[in-house]
Amino acid sequence: MSPTSVLYDAQGPRARRRTRIATAVALLALAGLAFVVVRRLAAQGEFSMEKWGPLIDPSNEAFEPVWQLLAEGVVNTLKAAAVAMTLSVVLGTLIAVARLSLGRAGRIPLIGLVELFRGLPVVVLVYFGARVLDDVGVPLDQLPGGQTFWGLVIGLTAYNMVIFAEVVRAGVASLPRGQREAALATGLTNGQAMRLVLLPQAFRVMLPAIISQLVVVLKDTSLITFVANYDELLSQGESIRRNLDNPIQTFVVIALMYIAINYALGRLAQYLERRQPRTAGRAGATVDEDSRVPVGGGA
Amino acid sequence: MDAVTDNLALFVEGYLTSLRIILVALVGSLALGLVIAMCRVSPVPPLQKFGTFWVTTFRNTPLSVVLFACAFGLPELGINRTFFFFGVLGLVLYTSAFVCEAIRAGINSVPAGQAEAARSIGLNFTQGLRFVVLPQALRTVVPPLGSVVIAMMKNSAVVGAFGVGGDLWSTGATLTSARGYETLPVFVGVAIGYLCITLPAGALLQVIERRVAIAR
Repeated sequence: MSPTSVLYDAQGPRARRRTRIATAVALLALAGLAFVVVRRLAAQGEFSMEKWGPLIDPSNEAFEPVWQLLAEGVVNTLKAAAVAMTLSVVLGTLIAVARLSLGRAGRIPLIGLVELFRGLPVVVLVYFGARVLDDVGVPLDQLPGGQTFWGLVIGLTAYNMVIFAEVVRAGVASLPRGQREAALATGLTNGQAMRLVLLPQAFRVMLPAIISQLVVVLKDTSLITFVANYDELLSQGESIRRNLDNPIQTFVVIALMYIAINYALGRLAQYLERRQPRTAGRAGATVDEDSRVPVGGGA
Repeated sequence: MDAVTDNLALFVEGYLTSLRIILVALVGSLALGLVIAMCRVSPVPPLQKFGTFWVTTFRNTPLSVVLFACAFGLPELGINRTFFFFGVLGLVLYTSAFVCEAIRAGINSVPAGQAEAARSIGLNFTQGLRFVVLPQALRTVVPPLGSVVIAMMKNSAVVGAFGVGGDLWSTGATLTSARGYETLPVFVGVAIGYLCITLPAGALLQVIERRVAIAR
């Protein structure tokens, strides 16, 4: 419809008529599809209060424990995501700075590290954090939060720090060269120039990419379900499903909770992206292009 | 490393099963993603809304939740299939949202003047699409689409973790839990297996990118 679309001009009377017909057909088809699905659901008794009650009816006796589980799950999910995210940003920045300031010889192992962790599935890295580290005797259970929590955080961090390393590198590279030159000319050392001039600007450019990546991390916390026991949102949903035998209802609610959080974060990232000043905004677009690798790459 | 060398045949088999999951999911998600992308760029409002709904849903839900919903939800509706089917279905549904966005971004990146120019020299809609818009869109689509595909390859591990017997992940799980091998060497074996998928794929992607890339 929008006249700015590449594919078609503003529509004339004939095209508008065609679009109206297509709209009617599409509406009919979608309505038909919805009808089939709803009828099927109804036939299987999926709309019964027996199945929905514990989730939506406050007077149901299971309502309170179920939502207590879910709330606990959300908190644990957010906790793991926040810690993993913070560690990833810090370590990623360190890797990026090291990669930018080391000579060729020092750079090669870092590139190897980045390629290695980027090439592995997150769930495999989570397995490494939560199971392998425990087996080889790393005392994660000594840390506050417990062994599984840190296993999950380590797995997520291993994957995301190298992605941030790339994002930071692209962010610093996107800055005009004069920034560094000016910083050095005023007598700052290389390290000071990086810390006081380049990184702060790079971070502003990267903020949208960081927020988008948070969505990925948040989704990936659920992978711990396959590896160990940590009471995040999906695991809680699993135990609710096992007890109440209402998979469709439970997973719809779980999915809606994830979608609500992630959609909000996604919009925040878009908003920040649009708020970028012109010149920085263009650099931001470059960073975003790079970060699309991980953004599409989440599980 | 005995755990790997003694069970090399198992690992190879797991590797091949992973490739099979990836191949089926690749075809499925590219096809479905293309359809959803067509909905989103079509001039028909209900289809646009449907496409947006699809993308919002599957992009913001963890793959694991999609898999759980498929494997436990669909049987409730009387759809009983193997875990392989549900696993690949979940992966296809999830990946299609990302494929759609990559394709849509590519089409939108073509300047409107290109299509206008095509129309003004008398090309009709199909011709304009075929000779002017799509060739240019392809170039911008390839890098993000490639990343989506590689992400999908890695996500096949989640499908494996979900219980599709015999892929790389399941091989590792069997060796550690049922046969009591140490986790570290098995982990290394599984990791190498996945690197043998993602690193060549990444290299191939770079070759393709260089082939199609033309600076605009």
